[in-house]
Amino acid sequence: MAKWIPLWLHKLSSPPVFYGFAGKLRPWAITLAILLGMAALYGGLVLAPPDYQQGDDYRIIFIHVPCAWMSLFIYGVMGIAAFIALVWRIKLAEVVAMASAPIGASFTFVTLVTGSLWGERMWGTWWTWDARLTSELVLLFLYLGVIALYHSFEDRRQGARTAAFLALIGIVNVPIVHFSVNWWNTLHQGSTIRLLGPSSIAPSMIWPLLTMMAATKFYYFASLFGRARTDLLSLESGKDWVRQIAENEVRP
Amino acid sequence: MNPTRQRRLTLIIAVLVAVIVASALVVYALQQNMNYLFTPSQVQTGEATRYKSFRLGGMVKAGSIQRSNDSLKVTFTVVDASGAMPVEYIGILPDLFREDQSVIATGHMDGARFVATEVLAKHDETYMPKELKDAMAKAHDGKHIDESATPDKQSL
Repeated sequence: MAKWIPLWLHKLSSPPVFYGFAGKLRPWAITLAILLGMAALYGGLVLAPPDYQQGDDYRIIFIHVPCAWMSLFIYGVMGIAAFIALVWRIKLAEVVAMASAPIGASFTFVTLVTGSLWGERMWGTWWTWDARLTSELVLLFLYLGVIALYHSFEDRRQGARTAAFLALIGIVNVPIVHFSVNWWNTLHQGSTIRLLGPSSIAPSMIWPLLTMMAATKFYYFASLFGRARTDLLSLESGKDWVRQIAENEVRP
Repeated sequence: MNPTRQRRLTLIIAVLVAVIVASALVVYALQQNMNYLFTPSQVQTGEATRYKSFRLGGMVKAGSIQRSNDSLKVTFTVVDASGAMPVEYIGILPDLFREDQSVIATGHMDGARFVATEVLAKHDETYMPKELKDAMAKAHDGKHIDESATPDKQSL
């Protein structure tokens, strides 16, 4: 055991401990996701003023941009989990990586659909092969590839490790998606929110956007915890701790 | 760390580095010839001559839009920092199309004119209420807002 990793982190990676931990946090994450999501929708669709250039059509930003951030964030989490799964063969890391893929794919799909609707209204086209749009589509295919590879093996742990390899290699696409608007001339506009320097969006519009970003994060954790719990139960179905849970369910 | 994990770690990092180097090279190579569009000055210096059909991007020059009375034909001038190009288009323009708006037109050259088959409007990454925009425009004496708000980005 490496000395620099705290003991509680080692404990958390054991399936029964994580099962309990995720089960406790999940209701909180769901509640926060719903409350923040509703506040953000109200702020974005009702309170925020129309844009000077795009009128009311810009309001799709409150769905499109948080989903786009999540599509990259989840890929990052999946890539890191895949790396841990490949080197240390930790079962929980495999589960987290494989449970993240469908959630990330959904966010990517929503990003592409809402972006397409927005593009039709503002640019005048549903789709164009510029660098941002193309790299985001590649991201969707990477997610789908990871999901497909995972399910094409009889042995689930073997499938998880093979798919983790694809997930890890695909991580090079994440910076490409993010920087595509700076590296190439694209139809897609540049980043509005900057970590360094001022953001080019009015305060009355930025708070619903950031609230929605928090809501999507909580939704992801809630969904991930739920999926990881069921996966752990079926992977460890022969173990004592699972039998214990099953017996408690039968005889309350 | 035990030897098996050490070996796996080295192998995976080596693969990852190889993939990153490969994609960095691809990105670098594509930067030269994966440009989504050409600006009027690039077209005038002959950079687009090897393409039969290409995209032209720039700002619609103020006062240059002329609509035909009996058809959907529109002519306007697309400008960038140092060039200008007359464009002809028959069809429906996007809602955002107007003077001083960034547009991207797909089409081909016909003599000195650019005949477009599709015109798309590009918007910037600035979002603000209309009242704020009016107030800022007044303060800047009519200066266009995206130039003042985002000096680090070229206005196209």
